[in-house]
Amino acid sequence: MMKVSMTVNGTTYEHDVEPRTLLVQHLREDMGLTGTHVGCDTSSCGACTIIVNGETVKSCTLLAVQCDGAEIKTIEGMSTNGELHPIQESFREKHGLQCGFCTPGMVMSSWQLLERNPKPSEHEIRHAIEGNFCRCTGYHNIVKAVQDAATKL
Amino acid sequence: MYWLPQHCQSGSRRRHKTLGDTMSDLIGKSVKRVEDNRLLKGEGKYTDDFNMPNQAIGVYVRSPHAHANLVSVDISAAEAMGGVIKIFTGKDIKDAGIVGSICGWQVDFKNGDTMKEPGHPILAVDKVRHVGDAVALVIAEDKGTAVDAAAAVEVNYEVLDAIVDPKAATQDGAPQVHDDVPNNTIFDWELGNKDETDAAFENAHHVTELSYHNQKLVPNAIEPRAALAYFDSNDDKYTLYTTSQNPHLARLIIAAFVLSIPEHKLRVIAPDVGGGFGSKIFTYNDECGVLWASKQIGRPVKWTADRTEAFFTDCHGRDHVTDAKMALDADGNITGLRTKTYASLGAYLSNFSTCVPTYLHGTLMQGLYTSPAVHVDVTAVVTNTVPVDALRGAGRPEATFSIERLVDTAAREIGMDPAEFRLKNFIPPFDGVKQEGYQTQVALQYDSGNYEGALKKALKNADYENLKKERAAARSDGKLMGIGFSTYIEACGIAPSAVVGSLGARVGLYDAASIRVHPTGKVTLYVGAHSHGQGHETTFAQIVADSLGIGMDDVNVLHGDTENVPFGMGTYGSRSLAVCGSAIMKSVDKVKEKGARIAAHKLECTPEDLEFVSGSWTVKGTDKSVGFGDVCLTAYVPHDYPENEEPGLDFSSFYDPANFVYPFGAHICVVEIDKDTGEVKIIRYIAVDDAGNIINPMIVEGQVHGGVAHGIGQALYEGAVYDDSGQLLNASMLDYCIPRADNMPFFETDHTVTPCPHNPLGVKGIGEAGTIASTPAVVNAVIDALSDYGVKDLQMPLVPQRVWAAMQQAK
Repeated sequence: MMKVSMTVNGTTYEHDVEPRTLLVQHLREDMGLTGTHVGCDTSSCGACTIIVNGETVKSCTLLAVQCDGAEIKTIEGMSTNGELHPIQESFREKHGLQCGFCTPGMVMSSWQLLERNPKPSEHEIRHAIEGNFCRCTGYHNIVKAVQDAATKL
Repeated sequence: MYWLPQHCQSGSRRRHKTLGDTMSDLIGKSVKRVEDNRLLKGEGKYTDDFNMPNQAIGVYVRSPHAHANLVSVDISAAEAMGGVIKIFTGKDIKDAGIVGSICGWQVDFKNGDTMKEPGHPILAVDKVRHVGDAVALVIAEDKGTAVDAAAAVEVNYEVLDAIVDPKAATQDGAPQVHDDVPNNTIFDWELGNKDETDAAFENAHHVTELSYHNQKLVPNAIEPRAALAYFDSNDDKYTLYTTSQNPHLARLIIAAFVLSIPEHKLRVIAPDVGGGFGSKIFTYNDECGVLWASKQIGRPVKWTADRTEAFFTDCHGRDHVTDAKMALDADGNITGLRTKTYASLGAYLSNFSTCVPTYLHGTLMQGLYTSPAVHVDVTAVVTNTVPVDALRGAGRPEATFSIERLVDTAAREIGMDPAEFRLKNFIPPFDGVKQEGYQTQVALQYDSGNYEGALKKALKNADYENLKKERAAARSDGKLMGIGFSTYIEACGIAPSAVVGSLGARVGLYDAASIRVHPTGKVTLYVGAHSHGQGHETTFAQIVADSLGIGMDDVNVLHGDTENVPFGMGTYGSRSLAVCGSAIMKSVDKVKEKGARIAAHKLECTPEDLEFVSGSWTVKGTDKSVGFGDVCLTAYVPHDYPENEEPGLDFSSFYDPANFVYPFGAHICVVEIDKDTGEVKIIRYIAVDDAGNIINPMIVEGQVHGGVAHGIGQALYEGAVYDDSGQLLNASMLDYCIPRADNMPFFETDHTVTPCPHNPLGVKGIGEAGTIASTPAVVNAVIDALSDYGVKDLQMPLVPQRVWAAMQQAK
């Protein structure tokens, strides 16, 4: 077991973990932050996308021990005092979610895109979220939601 | 069997109001979804998000071989590992007298012989029959330990030849998947009029023929299947959290058939579910095994599939090998249609596997056309592949693909515009009220339709005349541009129960809704349908709030817990609004009837003197009225109350539909093909769908988008790839191509409204329409684009190398 410490959504957590523990497992099982989802085991689907030190990563590709001392934001940290973040609000407005399983990862990838490129084209949006699979929406309303969010941020 | 008179009933015909003409602002409005807040915040609760104190973790040991005798299973080393609680093998389950999951629909041979029904043990006993077949169940303190122990279980296999191809499986000498299923044939089946169809082809002026493999698809709901099971010995009660589209059916199958436990001692909870697309309809052995194991070890057990395990165990879809023919007369009228299909059901019969290639496929084979002769012949077989069952559309995409590919090909062959050819052959409009429903040659009676209306609107939205000019211009510039059509019909809300029972269904196909009106006028609605993306918490609240004249916030919709909701059949086959929505309306009507009696007492009149408008009962022609809230309070504080009236406003209703509902539509796909790479790019996608009355257009459009994307996936990207030994070569999301955002265009959606004449809301269904329509539209567009190369047909998926190779061969 190894001791790891990280700050997630403003709270510092310390745990002893097996070295093979994935970051997403650590978040879900040790911290109870189940908003981050696991949809595959090949880092393909993007449901586990979170923000580590300001960069979006698929949290199934990192070991918890690699993130000792990291500053992390998950979907649970996106809203403020119960109020949706503008990106979340746009997903709701534009019906950018159906079953909701891919949604936390989609919101995170959209956040990263808009951080780097506040006025993305449709093509740039589609490219930015191609690492996040959605089986429900055909991506139509997700792209619309990101376009809408870009006008608010 | 050529004709099924049971199907010909049209049921009660009633003219219903056009929704929204008298009511509040809720019907027909894109009300934002109630469920979104929790899902957006990461506060949705999916099965794997639940944990119980003292829970153990289950991991299945699965066969790496497609077909093998199980020589021995040695668990001794694995069981000795620290943290391992217990390991079960097939012998343990067999000794406990437990059979595996069952098939819920009996389809017998043409000659009347009973369908073959090989067993499907929870854990293999003497043989494995597909890669991923479960051999042992390891229970450990944590996932890591369970995975390590599963790897340490030593299984000795004697590998056998495997059979993958559905047609080859029927040949003498093919490897036998089950000893008691000769030639791997579960049944053969036919529908339609063989003699008339023979005659149509003998007298045909032109015959169009196609042969294809409607390839095997992997569902890939993004949430993998999972189960958390718990047995409470204090009251002998089981609880199962699971990823189900129909928790009551799961409870019935597990309790009555698989584990033989008292039904009232099993609670099944399907909380938020991360997509189903059919794959979570079925009661799988894996969940049953975990539930059984939880009692054996006296602790909660959790199992969550990893993605490759999902590829090996979630029921796949399609896998039809088909020869299809269409006969035409000299004027371009369709005179006959014939298909012969070999349908793989995989290694075992899943719950509804047998009805998919038959009653959900053959019955749709007339499409939207006045073909006077249709004959469908299906041989259903077992192969050494993952079981096959309903996947978004389930049989109807396969039927529509056959018809719509034939129609576009036939039009091209006789030199007629594909839109004109369709308009010439469409069944004329009928509303099911003034005009009778339309009786097809393959047993169904369509409820209402205006097929030319949908196509004409799609042609207008596409600006077809201009589009053809663009295509001509593109071609003269050396570009490959193609236009493809698909005009589809689908049958959803399968019903009535008596008819489906006569056709072999072992379940009823009604649904249920209970409404509990509280003293303060607030409402809790309990429904048998299950929402896993469809937005029922919103749509169902809209219809209740609208009907009772209360606010959306005054209605709470609960589903998914067998302890609370009435026995309903769940959500699949685009049935929720047409069937469960109708049950809701029945309960609402009961509330209004009783409410009127209470209101009449308060207003000192008779219920017949009253009308219910905007949430109040008003004496007709006066301003005397009493509000819904007042009546609710009176029902629960019955001091001044009608004589012989029970207190309370609490009703439950079941609704068994009179007929299927038949949505339809017209889709047009425009593609461009990269000459150098063969890559297909969809540049426009125009959809006009008719699902009857629409409650929430935003949700309906969202269903169309997702459905269309799923069908585009089949046309261009997806497909399970097996080698001859039965290995599934692309069993991961790295290898199996799921459509991504950069593969999709924006979709241009629109609708027409032809109300269903036989349900109270006048609604049809929309969950599968896009998938059914889009696959042939895309393939037709690609073939159109390649027409200068003389390419007449290509096998799906139309991946770049396949398209490129076709162009090179043509050169």
